[in-house]
Amino acid sequence: MADKKNFSSDAMQYAENLYSAAFRMTHNAADAEDLVQETFLKAYRGYDSFQEGTNLKAWLYRILTNTYINIYRAKKRRPDESNLEDVEDLYLYRRLGGLEAVQAGRSAEEEVLDRITDTDVKGAIDSLPDQFRLAVVLSDIEGFSYKEIAEIMDVPLGTVMSRLHRGRRAMQRALLELELRKAAVSGNLEEGNRS
Amino acid sequence: MDALRTVDSDDEPEECRKVIAQLYEFLDSELTDDRRERVREHLDHCGSCLEAFEFEAELRAVIVSHSKEQVPESLMHKLALLIEEEDRLAPNGSSE
Repeated sequence: MADKKNFSSDAMQYAENLYSAAFRMTHNAADAEDLVQETFLKAYRGYDSFQEGTNLKAWLYRILTNTYINIYRAKKRRPDESNLEDVEDLYLYRRLGGLEAVQAGRSAEEEVLDRITDTDVKGAIDSLPDQFRLAVVLSDIEGFSYKEIAEIMDVPLGTVMSRLHRGRRAMQRALLELELRKAAVSGNLEEGNRS
Repeated sequence: MDALRTVDSDDEPEECRKVIAQLYEFLDSELTDDRRERVREHLDHCGSCLEAFEFEAELRAVIVSHSKEQVPESLMHKLALLIEEEDRLAPNGSSE
């Protein structure tokens, strides 16, 4: 059993990560702050039931995820049955190979990876439906294992894998669309300058 | 959007397709040692799969580096207050 007196020193180190994840879940700073505060309050109240020596980070994320689902499911008043059109493996990679690199000696892949910004990545993650977004955030950003994510989200391992893999491919498509749009805008600007 | 890469997934050898299907589990370190070793062996002699795997690994790193939010200092302060307040309202649960 964990001692409540140690809660702050044990848990506060995860506040920053929890806030980033909460921001990706709720899409905005104010709701993310509320969600993290609610999570910490619940975690503190239940800290004597936390088994010391087990995975505190995963335990906190489980509370965060449950709190998020409860608040936002209630708001929407319907389960999230969102469908996500699946795309093939290596979606982005397969579409970049034929593109000509702007600078000689560099591949289109390197060009695109360099051009990706915070706004692009956050926009692509935010475009995913809830269940896919949660899986991608917990894995790619927070580095949890499939088993940990299954426990955090309370779903079978196979569900984690399918949500994660489909979510990642959909994210690649969103990223490609964002990059193509940016390229089209800068292309238009160049044309404008020439005339 | 049309596929721009000349080699379509349909033209890929069966062996490559099997390896690509395990890409995410490989990058996530979720494969058994046996299967991981088999993927490694394939990558050792298949340049096009290796290139694809490297791209996916780099993309992952780019995503991680561009997804952080700066936590507001006021939030850290609020969290500390929250716990103080909770102790004041429910001192029985606080210790001993």
